[in-house]
Amino acid sequence: MAVDGTAALTQTVAAEEAGIRAAWLALLKAGGSLQTGRIREAELDTQARTVLEQLRDGLAAAGTDVRADAYAALRDTLSEISRSRAIQGFTPTDTANFVFSLKEPVFAAIDRTHGGDPAAATGGTWAASHLLDALGLHTMEVFLAGREEVIGRQGQEIAELSTPVVRLWDGILALPLIGTLDSARTGVVMENLLQAIVDEEAEIAIIDITGVPTVDTLVAQHLLKAIAAARLMGADCIVSGIRPQIAQTMVHLGVELNVVSKSTLADAFALALKRTGRIVTRRQSALSPTAS
Amino acid sequence: MPVTTTEVLPIRTSDDVVRVRQAVRVRAVGIGLGLVDQTKIITAASELARNTLDYGGGGEVRLDVMQEGARRGLRLSFVDQGPGIPDIARALTDHYTTGGGLGLGLGGAKRLSNEFHIESTPGVGTRVTIARWK
Repeated sequence: MAVDGTAALTQTVAAEEAGIRAAWLALLKAGGSLQTGRIREAELDTQARTVLEQLRDGLAAAGTDVRADAYAALRDTLSEISRSRAIQGFTPTDTANFVFSLKEPVFAAIDRTHGGDPAAATGGTWAASHLLDALGLHTMEVFLAGREEVIGRQGQEIAELSTPVVRLWDGILALPLIGTLDSARTGVVMENLLQAIVDEEAEIAIIDITGVPTVDTLVAQHLLKAIAAARLMGADCIVSGIRPQIAQTMVHLGVELNVVSKSTLADAFALALKRTGRIVTRRQSALSPTAS
Repeated sequence: MPVTTTEVLPIRTSDDVVRVRQAVRVRAVGIGLGLVDQTKIITAASELARNTLDYGGGGEVRLDVMQEGARRGLRLSFVDQGPGIPDIARALTDHYTTGGGLGLGLGGAKRLSNEFHIESTPGVGTRVTIARWK
């Protein structure tokens, strides 16, 4: 073979850059990239120009190895495009198509430059296909990595938001637990609870498990540890929100919480008020509005 | 016993335990189990899935929906290729644990199920099968 595929591709991109860009832009415009008005024509022109120039430089320096350092600039450009397009509201398909639509003009250009040499044309087409696939997948990876970053951050935010400690009254705290209690979340819960006991000089902490779907032995163990730690800090715990099915299941499991428990948060709060020497009564006038 | 639907889920991380619980909940609701029975089988599944993960080094669970006449049931088989249990009777004893837990999971799962079967060979692995009928 006189000219190998990568060399054929490198020559073609260098020689036909302007032609490829014009055909590519025409394709992108025909494909509707501009129709939605999310991106201006000048911006698209600049992106296409930059990508092609960096592709040419990458090819000249490192062939089709997109992981090479020579492609770092192109990878960064595509990452930036991928990110900005995600923000502009393009779908991942639109973003990947930005790269994949470059195939047709490049194949046509290879045909023009190496049409007389079938082996080189085939090799060049193969190399181009391989290279553009890798670059297209790179934009997808960046897109997904961006998404995963968002998901990870949301997970952390949920973990923090879903374990609030609220002050119900002087010296009475409530800790409404919602969702699955794994070891990591229990750590956050316990830390928040113990800190709140110190800050509020709490005597009683009510742990409400209405929002915990499943209480198995691990959840029970986590609860017992939180209760024991709170006791060491001088606060008594009341567990509330044990639903009937949870109560039955816990009995079958053989778990004993060894702590005062109430079925509702309201009952637990009433008990906490009573223990701290307070009572809640209805005003006489409100009781009998027609008495006068 | 005719099995109408089968589903196999991996147990490799603690997130998988949550996924197993959710899948069991969907199946339990599907066969019309009441709230208490749902909670029982979900809790038992949670215990056994965590055992598979913590003591068996990971494995998988197979969910079978069974139909016997008008009666429907859910069977769960937890399989691992872990170190196995040398003394099953002792492992079923309440408050016995080798891993720092409460030591109630395996015995609790047995009490929460209608059928309970365990086979384990040291060095080969463990299979725990439970079933709950409507």
